[in-house]
Amino acid sequence: MAAETVARPREPAAAEALSEQAVLCEGVTVRFTTERGTVTALDNINIAVARGSFLTLLGPSGCGKSTLLRVIADLIEPNVGRLSVLGVPPATARKNRDIGFVFQDPALLAWRTALENVTLPLEVGGGRARPGGRSPKELLSLVGLSGWEHAFPHELSGGMRQRVAIARALVSGPKLLLMDEPFGALDEINRDRLNEELLDIWASTGTTILFVTHSIYEAAFLGQQVLLLAARPGRVRELVPIDLPSPRRLKIRETSEFMAQAAHLRRVLETC
Amino acid sequence: MSVHTINPNKASFGGTFSDDEAAQVRFLAAQRRQRWRKRLLPVAAVVALVIIWWQAVVQFDIKPFIAPSPIAVAHVLVQRFDILAANLVPTAIEAVLGFLLGNLTAILIATVFVHGRLMEEAFFPIAVMVNTIPVVAKAPILVLLLGNGMEPKIAIAAIVCFFPTLVNMTRGLRDVNPQALELMRVLSASRTEVFFKLRVQNSLPYLFSALKIAASTAVIGAIVGEWIGSNSGIGALIIQATYAFDSPFLYATIVVGSTFSALFFAVISVIERRVIRWNVGRV
Repeated sequence: MAAETVARPREPAAAEALSEQAVLCEGVTVRFTTERGTVTALDNINIAVARGSFLTLLGPSGCGKSTLLRVIADLIEPNVGRLSVLGVPPATARKNRDIGFVFQDPALLAWRTALENVTLPLEVGGGRARPGGRSPKELLSLVGLSGWEHAFPHELSGGMRQRVAIARALVSGPKLLLMDEPFGALDEINRDRLNEELLDIWASTGTTILFVTHSIYEAAFLGQQVLLLAARPGRVRELVPIDLPSPRRLKIRETSEFMAQAAHLRRVLETC
Repeated sequence: MSVHTINPNKASFGGTFSDDEAAQVRFLAAQRRQRWRKRLLPVAAVVALVIIWWQAVVQFDIKPFIAPSPIAVAHVLVQRFDILAANLVPTAIEAVLGFLLGNLTAILIATVFVHGRLMEEAFFPIAVMVNTIPVVAKAPILVLLLGNGMEPKIAIAAIVCFFPTLVNMTRGLRDVNPQALELMRVLSASRTEVFFKLRVQNSLPYLFSALKIAASTAVIGAIVGEWIGSNSGIGALIIQATYAFDSPFLYATIVVGSTFSALFFAVISVIERRVIRWNVGRV
């Protein structure tokens, strides 16, 4: 066990370089024990995500994409391995409000209006607005929902609800935004539109984004890099850099460069 | 026919509003008609049933002690209104106090259950067992325990309210969207914050559907409690009228009791609509 804990020995001086990383995973392993035995969801994951980058996580179901996000967000504790988020342990980063999370289900509170939902993070867990940060109202307009502040979730469409969830995740000014298939339940038109807008939000906030998806096109369009994961047990298959210019618009998906990238991802995915 | 002004920025996610007054007027008129239909249809059905009942008594020459005609019942309602009203007061007090006591206890115990599975596993079976005892069997036990005043009636009303609220409230506090719980954890929310900001709000629709059931069962509980050795209350009047074969009076007590139940239910429904601003009737 002890040998596994530290995958690579590190010099003490490297601590300074650590803070350059938004996320650093070293030998992270997660196992779940069920009635039918123990499942290894993540097996010896070693990744480093630079601050300000956009990384998409792609892989077949059961490859542990969501589990990895949850480990980084301190929702699950790894059995083995070390993690640091923005140079500190995940729990500290969570308490500092440096992590924002967007789930597949918008998980809006039905009894709160759009604006009240965005305000929630400022009301619990000792949260308060960061000086100079965007106000809940500004964030709603950033996600294209000005005029809808006082609408209840049941009055909003699926795409609008997910926009509110994104605004809510941004309200405490997180340095790291974790997104777990946020557009998975949306129709393609809405998904495309939100993909493009997410890149704008990323550019305007400068936050690091880790984005889980099972769509090859979404992964290639959004990510500067795509982390391909293989299933059973979940492990890193390949880290693919996406060499496409920024800022990207949807039209880029019709270029031969994009097609070539997507084809490469598909080929690797077939071996996962 | 209708004119749409589409804002290209908003069109794709939910549509925009446009001005078409004629369509708007037609829509509102249709809605109004539907509301009135919902109000008038039950009234018409009740009136029809009363007429059928009245005609049946007249045509088949049914004896008054078997089934009184609605006119005889109405006559008694007017003539002996003072007695009926005076006896409604204790029943109403017992029902309302029992309602408050039973539901508050249920809410408190549901809160304890949600915070500790251990307590639920230990005490829920007991609650189920108590609930299986018929009300008519609980009544004499409670009269023996609590004497012959209002206390046993309040206790019975409380017990019949207790169980549905306990079950619904526990479910409402527990059945929270798991991703909302994960969100609260990401936000480092405390247990108290999760309880008040998430669980309590989530439980309100469940709670109100239980309270609406409890509003009528509390009145039934109080009336059944008055069947045993009581001199006042709607329940006592029912027993007296039955033994005296005074069926018009018996029916009149039922009308008074049921009217009170319906009013109690209506009050809870109005409060529900005030408290729950978002989609009512989701549960």
